[in-house]
Amino acid sequence: MMKFIRTLLKPFAAFFEAHAKTHYRLERHSMGLTVGIIIAAGVGGFIEIAPLFTIDDTVEAAPDMRLYTPLEQAGRDIYIREGCYACHSQMIRTLRDEVERYGPYSLAVESQYDHPMLWGSKRTGPDLARLGEKYSDDWHVRHLVNPRDLVPESVMPQYAFLLEAGLDTDSLPDRLAALRAVGVPYTDEMIANADSDALGQAMPDTERSDGVFERYGDETAVRNFDDRPGRLTEMDALVAYLQILGQLTDLPEQTQILPEE
Amino acid sequence: MMSNLTRAERANAMVIAGTGAFIGLVMAAAGRGDPMGAHGWIVLAFCGALFFVVGSAYEDPEPTQDRTASYYDDPTKVGILIALFWAVVGMGMGVWVASQLAWPDLRFDAAWSSFGRIRPVHTSGVIFGFGGNALIATSFHIMQRTCRARMPDQVTPWFVLLGFNLFCIVASSGYLMGVTQSKEYAEPEWYADLWLVVVWVVYFVLYIRTLARRNEPHIYVANWYYLAFILVVAVLHIVNNLAVPASLTGAKSYSAFAGVQDAMTQWWYGHNAVAFFLTSGFLGMLYYFLPKRAERPIYSYRLSILSFWGITFFYIWAGSHHLHYTALPHWVQTLGMTFSVMLLVPSWASAGNALMTLNGAWHKVRDDATLRFMMVAAVFYGLSTFEGSFMAIRPVNGLSHYTDWTVGHVHAGAMGWVALISFGSIYALAPVLWRRETIYSWKAVEWHFWLALAGTVIYVFAMWNSGITQGLMWRTYTESGTLAYSFTDTLVAMHPYYVARTFGGLLFLIGACIGAWNVVMTIRRMPSETPERDYPTSSESREPALPAAE
Ligand code: HEC
Ligand code: HEM
Ligand code: HEM
Repeated sequence: MMKFIRTLLKPFAAFFEAHAKTHYRLERHSMGLTVGIIIAAGVGGFIEIAPLFTIDDTVEAAPDMRLYTPLEQAGRDIYIREGCYACHSQMIRTLRDEVERYGPYSLAVESQYDHPMLWGSKRTGPDLARLGEKYSDDWHVRHLVNPRDLVPESVMPQYAFLLEAGLDTDSLPDRLAALRAVGVPYTDEMIANADSDALGQAMPDTERSDGVFERYGDETAVRNFDDRPGRLTEMDALVAYLQILGQLTDLPEQTQILPEE
Repeated sequence: MMSNLTRAERANAMVIAGTGAFIGLVMAAAGRGDPMGAHGWIVLAFCGALFFVVGSAYEDPEPTQDRTASYYDDPTKVGILIALFWAVVGMGMGVWVASQLAWPDLRFDAAWSSFGRIRPVHTSGVIFGFGGNALIATSFHIMQRTCRARMPDQVTPWFVLLGFNLFCIVASSGYLMGVTQSKEYAEPEWYADLWLVVVWVVYFVLYIRTLARRNEPHIYVANWYYLAFILVVAVLHIVNNLAVPASLTGAKSYSAFAGVQDAMTQWWYGHNAVAFFLTSGFLGMLYYFLPKRAERPIYSYRLSILSFWGITFFYIWAGSHHLHYTALPHWVQTLGMTFSVMLLVPSWASAGNALMTLNGAWHKVRDDATLRFMMVAAVFYGLSTFEGSFMAIRPVNGLSHYTDWTVGHVHAGAMGWVALISFGSIYALAPVLWRRETIYSWKAVEWHFWLALAGTVIYVFAMWNSGITQGLMWRTYTESGTLAYSFTDTLVAMHPYYVARTFGGLLFLIGACIGAWNVVMTIRRMPSETPERDYPTSSESREPALPAAE
């Protein structure tokens, strides 16, 4: 038996012997070692990542996919700033219980314009990928001000200060321009009007809000999100963002086949 | 400390610090009204203080002794102390973060103290602050000893060490102000990232230059691991942080990648941060300090080669196991899973190599808590890599992903492996570095050991329980075929585990505080003693760098 195993292992032993010998020599050259490490470590990353940028079917086509409005993008930036992703995922997996709990599983196209993606890795709180229009604006505002008022068991932090903080709209044109530079198809007009559109989205029935519909489509939600007219707050932006989650395209509802398991 | 620098070196240091202070001033002016401005002031204060410290000693007498006759240990000493400082800060933050999950109102109702902002202060604080400084400091020590050569100059190591800490300070103060990219373990914004690239390139050059001066034909194993750590982290960092700033006068930037591509890039980075930051470098520590402390040669040279190249090659493929059942193409998930399982082989080869090295020295493990730190670290390394390979299997990950099971796995690796090997190495290193007879209190080391072990075990068991409970509750169905538990039900079930975890973490933190105190007391109170052979030499017989291998 032992003999059999030994014969079986012989080629491996020979390989390791040779490897050890070569290595013994390689080890004398620091630059040789450096090149070896880069090659060994480079192969895997290249093979896995590079094709994702070329293969067409990595990302489905969704002709109805729309962009974040400046206000929603500002809300997304606040979501990033506050580190909501540390507790909330935005990626419904292809598992039956997830689909039943949260809705159709997430498609690649839905985060096509998400720089960076916010799929998350920990669900201390529930998934938010299909949160949009699940609750009223008022619910969100009250929940963010103090989650334990609505859900006594919640461990989510309070974000009452968002109601007091005025939204910085001046930097929005720059932000949209940077997003265009990394591939989001904002037009010149969208960029030029970004700050005015942000204001307009929270001021229904004004000239400004007409511009929002014109540039971002008739289905855009234009309303005063935090119910405090006259001032555009960070709360407005964040709620506008939360209400658009999962609403950028109808593709998931239309195409969803049976989930795995 | 300044007395070991020549006047020319002091002048160089002042030029560098002055340039840094100027950049800080520019940032402060340009970034007014933005967190970048606040960062400018921090940079200015940091570099200004350095400028002042060096400047006030500029006229002091120059060193007279022959430098090539000794190793340059000043940066190592400072690095070890800074690492201990960050250990206390980072783990203190960990305990606070853990408490917030058990008692969410445990904060001062301020914007900066919310969970989402202080959690990265914990992760960056322990990984980069504690782990990173421990790695840099031990690498300075090890590369000189195993090459039997002094570092090529005396300003570069300071640049690397202090530059890296400037990065850490800018990063963690940024999170509190809301400056983050929301990319796990790569949260800092563009200017901090650029700065780290500069520091890292200098670090690599310093390493290579020291290797080039070596008096020893072969490059010892520990150095390969450190070299892989430096190189691959550089590549990962640069690629994953590619971004376009919204404006050059503000902190905000947007990642160059979006959606799936971003997810894959991020977890290619994330997993290999684990591989090359939290594993490779610390294996370097293990391969030096464990045989040295046990006074036995490494069990097998061949096994160490096998595991080195195995780890370097396999790890890179494994990132996609963070994205099972997501919108990532199926073939990439499968590839990631396969390589993750294969990764067990080189990982266990290293863990086994370490434990076999101890064979015949078990009585030392019993009596010497420092060696026991290293032994238990190797065991936890074996454990967490086994667990990781298991969790990478798709159906298992279906249960574990998004739950506390991941957090349990993380801390089995982070506390059990990374922190314990670092503490073990620091205890072994401190008396040598400061030329002391022994550590101040052996009893305190013993206490630290048991507190750390108990803390880790409590933490990990609490998270296994809560993670698996949570995962199962999410997928439990009633008889009528509807989901049995609401999300809130799972929150209630988690509470006792979150309390237990906080307690375990507190024990671990107390251990770390004792450790820091013990090292400081060693420096201040112990009589000094010069070790017999701890200087550069080309004569092998006078000082074998390590117990001779096969
Ligand atoms: C400490 C972790 C934590 C952080 C950080 C956190 N949340 Fe939550 N969140 C929770 C928990 C737990 C729940 C479930 C209980 C509840 O509804 O309050 C929740 C629930 C929610 C819900 C309701 C979801 C639903 O479908 O019922 C929304 C919306 C939400 N969070 C938004 C946010 C936003 C926006 C942020 C960042 C500003 C954030 N959360 C930060 C833990 C967190
Ligand atoms: C005093 C001991 C420690 C305590 C109390 C502690 C606590 C925590 C807590 C509460 C979290 C957040 C988990 C969540 O989001 O649910 C966390 C995350 C994390 N900690 Fe610690 N920690 C400790 C030590 C360490 C050490 C020593 C390291 C590394 C060297 C470490 C690395 C991490 C990492 C990488 C994460 C992120 C995990 C993930 O995203 O899944 N921790 N820790
Ligand atoms: C063979 C080696 C290992 C494998 C195959 C492995 C595998 C895994 C898997 C499958 C996950 C869960 C991903 C998810 O569901 O989101 C994970 C998470 C993690 N592992 Fe490991 N692991 C290994 C070793 C280690 C070691 C030694 C550490 C050291 C500290 C470590 C640190 C982490 C961290 C920090 C995360 C959390 C990432 C996050 O979600 O933020 N792993 N690992």
